[in-house]
Amino acid sequence: MTTTVRGVAEVLSRCRDEGRAALVGYLPVGFPTVDGSLEAMRVLVEAGCDVVEVGVPYSDPLMDGEVIQHAAATALARGARVDDVFRATATVREAGAPPLVMTYWNLVLHRGVDRFADELSVSGGAGLITPDLIPDEAEEWVAASDRHGLDRVFLVAPSSTPERLTKVTEACRGFVYAASTMGVTGARTRVDADAKALVDRVRAVSDLPVCVGLGVSTREQAAELAGDADGVIVGSALVRALSDPGPLSERLEELRTLTTALAAGVREGRR
Amino acid sequence: MPERAAPQGASATTRNLVPEALPRPGRFGPFGGRYVPEALIPALEQLDEARQKAMVDPEFQDELARLHRTYTGRPSIITEVPRFGAHCGGARVILKREDLNHTGSHKINNVLAQALLTKRMGKTRVIAETGAGQHGVATATAAALMGLECTVYMGRVDTERQALNVARMRILGAEVVPVDHGSATLKDAINEALRDWVTNVARTHYLIGTVTGPHPFPEMVRDFHAVIGEEARAQVLELTGRLPDVVLACVGGGSNAMGIFHRFVPDAGVRLIGIEAGGEGIESGRHAARFASTATPGVLHGAMSYLMQDADGQTAPSHSISAGLDYPSVGPEHAWLRDSGRAEYRYATDDRVMDAFRLLSRTEGIIPAIESAHALVGAMEVGEELGPESLLLVNLSGRGDKDMETAAAYFGLVPGSS
Repeated sequence: MTTTVRGVAEVLSRCRDEGRAALVGYLPVGFPTVDGSLEAMRVLVEAGCDVVEVGVPYSDPLMDGEVIQHAAATALARGARVDDVFRATATVREAGAPPLVMTYWNLVLHRGVDRFADELSVSGGAGLITPDLIPDEAEEWVAASDRHGLDRVFLVAPSSTPERLTKVTEACRGFVYAASTMGVTGARTRVDADAKALVDRVRAVSDLPVCVGLGVSTREQAAELAGDADGVIVGSALVRALSDPGPLSERLEELRTLTTALAAGVREGRR
Repeated sequence: MPERAAPQGASATTRNLVPEALPRPGRFGPFGGRYVPEALIPALEQLDEARQKAMVDPEFQDELARLHRTYTGRPSIITEVPRFGAHCGGARVILKREDLNHTGSHKINNVLAQALLTKRMGKTRVIAETGAGQHGVATATAAALMGLECTVYMGRVDTERQALNVARMRILGAEVVPVDHGSATLKDAINEALRDWVTNVARTHYLIGTVTGPHPFPEMVRDFHAVIGEEARAQVLELTGRLPDVVLACVGGGSNAMGIFHRFVPDAGVRLIGIEAGGEGIESGRHAARFASTATPGVLHGAMSYLMQDADGQTAPSHSISAGLDYPSVGPEHAWLRDSGRAEYRYATDDRVMDAFRLLSRTEGIIPAIESAHALVGAMEVGEELGPESLLLVNLSGRGDKDMETAAAYFGLVPGSS
């Protein structure tokens, strides 16, 4: 494993040293507007997110539930472009957290994998999370991420076989994204027992940090997962805070309150 | 993926890069692959294993053949259509009558086979996407026959274009879920079906209705439809003593075309021509002619193929008067057949398609699906080019009963419909 200063490894190991899990917060670029999304990402960092997942709105987000689908559709309808993603990564980096871009693969492919990697790297990006790219198809991205010193986060799921877990974790750099449950993004009332089992199975084959996502929306859930995982990923709940009616300033305050609570949650996990 | 060195930009083509591409499982040249969430990989591997076993298992083959004989109505006949042929430059035109299959289209071939596989894998539920409703009806039918639970996703726009097919699926016991996201057509129905699949994959098989999607779907669905070309080749030989000069089929995702093309691919003298939906014309931007436009290689729904997309790689909207061809990408094997030069692709605009739809009805007493009428436009064009000595085989992939509302509105056939 190679690590670079621009990646997320340093932040995750610092959290580990502090005896806590990291908080990883997702927001899509362009929602409610491009500028609004940049402000919101700044709020995430200020309120305690250790890593920001910069989501790229996509026309066919097949891994996303209603909340993120709606945000992506709104962002695209209001003219969000892939170019704006690099403004977001620069903003997050400047605010003091490593930005990981979460994107469906065609947007990278269409821009050119190396060009995307180059622009990401130049704009302070830490790497990519690729929900619909498996390592088997990632030859070009593996080469580009090596060239540019970028993290590459692939996903594992409760359905992953031991062979797949080995293959996927070997291809990851930064951390391993463990999907807590079978399904799409969106808040769930309880996080599956599957999540803990999956974290254990990943640990059996890999030394990389494991962050758990899908379905986490409350301080209590964050605390529960923080007992096992190296990081807790929250997406839809944050997006929903931005989606409620009312002026942006109020939305941002709601976002700040929720993020602060989640940041407290990841510090409450039993280690 | 070094073989796909320069796919970006409107003028990019893989044409000169393709022949050197190394064969990989699930790849047709540089196209195909598995661009899906990791969560689905075990299900795809299970499916791949099950279908490979089934293809060489006499018990499976016997059961499928029995169903096709006693339920589908196979072999489907061929019909020579001289009165229609008179409008094709006098060419000799033969139709492969997939419209006569149970449920009214070729879709049943693939559906029965995948439903059998579903049971073999110990799954109890199937889900499907549908555009025109043909695949949804076929899936609901197979589910009823085999006692499987069935949910069909259909774009809201398509549920309106094809309201009677929604009723058919529901009478067969299927749940039909209208999809409101995005363009509310076929591609959005597929997104929703994939979301369902990733959530319920343990007991659910996603019965994909065309030759797209992640490996092994493009290959598997082609193989389940290959019976069309196998039968047609023998039937044409028996009737005419020779192979056709040209085989024509409409291409949305491309399953009926792959079904009739596959057996002819080694016959170098037989031209294979796919007809895409030209919608309101290429210049209008409202079409689904991937190969005729600026579509470039891209990934949608798990496969790399030609894709209508904007400058950022967002999927561009497609349009066709036929819901079944209204799809912004195309099966990866078609992309490969096209780039390798083995098959040609043309397009037919809505207006010409509706003329052909009416012409076949009036000259031969056969009402085609609007999808299949695209292939008829191709026959009219190619027949004019090749003349009366030529022999054209056209896959009449479906019947037009489902399209009467569209036709009535288009031609002003009933009061208040025009």
